[in-house]
Amino acid sequence: MNSLILKTASRYLAAILLVFSIHMLLRGHNEPGGGFIGGLIGATGFVLFAIAGSVAEARKALRIEPQNLAMIGLGASAVAGLSALFANKAPFSGLWLFLFAEEGSKGLPLSSILLFDIGVYLVVMGAILTLVFAIEEEV
Amino acid sequence: METGLALLIGVLVAAAVYLMLARNVMSFLFGLLLISNAANLAIFTSGRLTEGAPPLVPEGADAPVGIVANALPQALVLTAIVIGFGLFAFSLMLVFRAYAGLGTLNGDEMRVAEPKEDKA
Amino acid sequence: MGATSENPHQTGFLTAWVPVVLAAAIFAFFAGMIGDVSAGLAPEWSWAWLPGLDVALAFRVDGLALTFCLLISGIGTLIMLYASSYLNGHPEYGRFALYLFSFMLAMLGVVLADDIIALFVFWELTTITSYLLIGFNNAEAKARRNALQALFLTGAGALALLAGLILLASIAGSTRISEIVQVEGLTEHRWFTGTLILILLGAFTKSAQIPFHFWLPNAMAAPTPVSAFLHSATMVKAGVYLLARFHPAFADTSLWIWSLTLAGAATAVWASILALRQTDLKQALAYTTLMALGTLTLFLGQSDAYAMTGFITFLIVHSLYKAALFMVVGAIDHETGTREVAQLGGLGRLMPVTALAAALAALSMAGLPPLLGFIGKELLYAGALDAISAPVLVTAAALAANALMVAVAGIVALRPFWRGGVEALPKTPHEAPWQMLAGPVILAALGLIFGLAPSLLQDTLVAPTVAGLLGTPDMAKTLTLWHGVNLPLLLSGATLALGAAIYALHGSVRAFLITTLSRLPAFDNGWDVLINGLKRFAAALTAIIQTGDLRDYMRWTFLTLLVALVATGLLRNAFLWHFDLSDMSFAVAAILIITALAAVTATRATSRLMVVIAIGVVGVGVALIFITFGAPDVAITQLLVETLSVILVATVMLKLPRLYEGGTNPFRAGHALIAVALGGTMTLIMMGVVQGPLDLRLTEFFEQSAWVDAYGRNIVNVILVDFRALDTFGEIAVVAIAGIAAYALLRATSYHKKGEEK
Repeated sequence: MNSLILKTASRYLAAILLVFSIHMLLRGHNEPGGGFIGGLIGATGFVLFAIAGSVAEARKALRIEPQNLAMIGLGASAVAGLSALFANKAPFSGLWLFLFAEEGSKGLPLSSILLFDIGVYLVVMGAILTLVFAIEEEV
Repeated sequence: METGLALLIGVLVAAAVYLMLARNVMSFLFGLLLISNAANLAIFTSGRLTEGAPPLVPEGADAPVGIVANALPQALVLTAIVIGFGLFAFSLMLVFRAYAGLGTLNGDEMRVAEPKEDKA
Repeated sequence: MGATSENPHQTGFLTAWVPVVLAAAIFAFFAGMIGDVSAGLAPEWSWAWLPGLDVALAFRVDGLALTFCLLISGIGTLIMLYASSYLNGHPEYGRFALYLFSFMLAMLGVVLADDIIALFVFWELTTITSYLLIGFNNAEAKARRNALQALFLTGAGALALLAGLILLASIAGSTRISEIVQVEGLTEHRWFTGTLILILLGAFTKSAQIPFHFWLPNAMAAPTPVSAFLHSATMVKAGVYLLARFHPAFADTSLWIWSLTLAGAATAVWASILALRQTDLKQALAYTTLMALGTLTLFLGQSDAYAMTGFITFLIVHSLYKAALFMVVGAIDHETGTREVAQLGGLGRLMPVTALAAALAALSMAGLPPLLGFIGKELLYAGALDAISAPVLVTAAALAANALMVAVAGIVALRPFWRGGVEALPKTPHEAPWQMLAGPVILAALGLIFGLAPSLLQDTLVAPTVAGLLGTPDMAKTLTLWHGVNLPLLLSGATLALGAAIYALHGSVRAFLITTLSRLPAFDNGWDVLINGLKRFAAALTAIIQTGDLRDYMRWTFLTLLVALVATGLLRNAFLWHFDLSDMSFAVAAILIITALAAVTATRATSRLMVVIAIGVVGVGVALIFITFGAPDVAITQLLVETLSVILVATVMLKLPRLYEGGTNPFRAGHALIAVALGGTMTLIMMGVVQGPLDLRLTEFFEQSAWVDAYGRNIVNVILVDFRALDTFGEIAVVAIAGIAAYALLRATSYHKKGEEK
């Protein structure tokens, strides 16, 4: 596929998709979205990039081996799940920290749940990119 | 409504099974995709159908207002879709490797592990 | 092992002595409990094992268990000592010692377990370890075959036993044996007959009662120390132990009385006859073991105090003399190189200590005063005369078996030592090393000591055991050499006379037996026919199902699924016809119809582009269904996955050939039939499912708690990452593994290919 327009457009499209995927990931707890959907959108962005250009370029843009991405994600989810043990709770219970909380507002919520969802995001994106890049390179 | 879904699931299963019985292993993979869809729909339908109302808690409320769709099967189906994709991609890879190694996509000829015995 | 440099197979010091010392320590431990047990106590230990099923790893030491423990660990110690010399220098002595010791521990577990599940687990451990021991000489086809035979037969019996024990536990409402045997009305339950039959099957196979007797003589393929331990004193006694354990609960039912009496009597007499026929010393002893097991079973069928006292006394007597005699035969074999009766003679002068031990053990076996065997025999006769089933039958069986025992005792233990001169032997015999003498001498001496001073056994082991067997204390009869002139004494005299006569006529009796018995069909051959038939059946069935054709496997899979679904649906009455399309909007109907049409198109299209498009349409249709029915998260996921799938397929397809390379598929109509049947079944199941009750408690919990407890407004996401996070963690792990496995698959094989090209 050697379309210059597609090639150029895909760079911007991939960037937009990546930003959008993070948006979907972060809003997931309250609106449709979340780690699975975010990870899929992020992966789609890089796949588009790989198809329009080459896998090598997509790999370069990703900067990290996709299988490592998946492993980091799995580790992040595991840490999030096991962190509850330090708070003397059952593993995989949520821990919440409300920064700047005021009366009537919960401020900026940080939680082990968010870390877990980020882990899901990274695993889905990493695993799918591992698969797709491998196939694209092979064919 | 559920009747319609039950009929669709039946059609999807029948098409999937027919494809999975075909000689070409690519057809088998297409059957796998269809049967995953059928299974997801079956789980989804088992939780009953509610038109239009996603399971969200509106701002300012502590629980969903009015009747909303059953959230539990949705969560199950969501992960099932992603895992189904993992399975499909892995199978596709296997088929691809098999073709590269054996030079055929014909399931009848893939007999390296269990060669035909000479009955002579 | 292999500690010294000159002989790499020299058995190491530790290898030889560690098992002996450990076994002796166990013996000492149990010996220390005699005081408590004889005072009527029953020490217990218990650890929770499966608390949900109320199963515990419970041990209980009562008189019966302690008697067995002392026999097992005591004889075990002597056998370990014996084996360290008998198999000295064997390259795999370490393995042997491990098996033998494991077996001993398993056997201790069987007799100590107070929980039926624990009992069964230890029971199976004895089966497995004995399999390893019988097949120890695994280079010999015969050893392998006989080991498998014992494994199959006792393993099958154990399955029956498991079923019986579970039934028993559900009848009694407890898995504790000590509680089960005290439950009232156990024998009136409608499942009782089946339960008892299953338990008896387990006990009879283990203790080699007719018609399951043939594995035991075959098990003599094992090295002699194994035979001495497993097939005289322990393993086969497990079945007898089980019968004794449940005696207090079942002994008053006629099924119990008659099945034990008949099986025991038949085994005792038949085994004694077969014993006379043997020319191999070890085989002859093996059959006398069968005879002893038959006698023990026969007397467990009774409930008389004499029979019970006789049972436990004979059990002890038999373990002592049988282990001793096996070790003697092993020593003869070891020193002369043969076990053939005809070749052996005059060994008494060359092996005086062995000869003395053999003589004492044989006298005990023959039941002559002043040995313990005599006391046991007298008690058995007294019990037989009072038998509740058929005194005449029991007495006659006991008399016949005992008379034949006298003859066999003479053949095995007197003839090789005291008859004639030494013939040409494979090896020049001399006295065995002390490790091999210790066992027979100690055990044979114990037979004499207990005979002269039976009070040593009376209160320590016999009385508590009999109390346990009968369920009431102080019932045990006194063990004494002299009861006065009575019927048992006269029967003993008759036994001796009859036995002596058979011994004298031994040669012609054996010739007669060999010709007569060879005309009868042998159980052992029947076993081979059975096993070969099973193998042929398996081969034929495999040829039908496992053809090597991938599509045959799919056909079998789908047909099995179809049959299972339809049968379950019909049996459970789950197919509820429900046809109601009135609530369907036009838009939904359109989505459903387009999706269905696309699915059908996918099966009919001949161009692969067409198929990919059709599959894509199905995916989008399903996503639309999700969005219509309030599942935006699922719909988005579905759309994204669908996109990625199409991209992948399209990429790969570039390198793959066309879908149809010509040729027609002869099974197409059949396939369509299977497909439509499965699809229709699925529709019917869904119709039934949506009409059934729906438990919404979980969903309601999630709806109520999502915001309040988990601070999330998207309930689906909260379920995924909070309520069911562990589940999700498992799923993303699968996704990650799928990605890496596929990557490895591609990389590994393409690297391999490159390597080949070089």
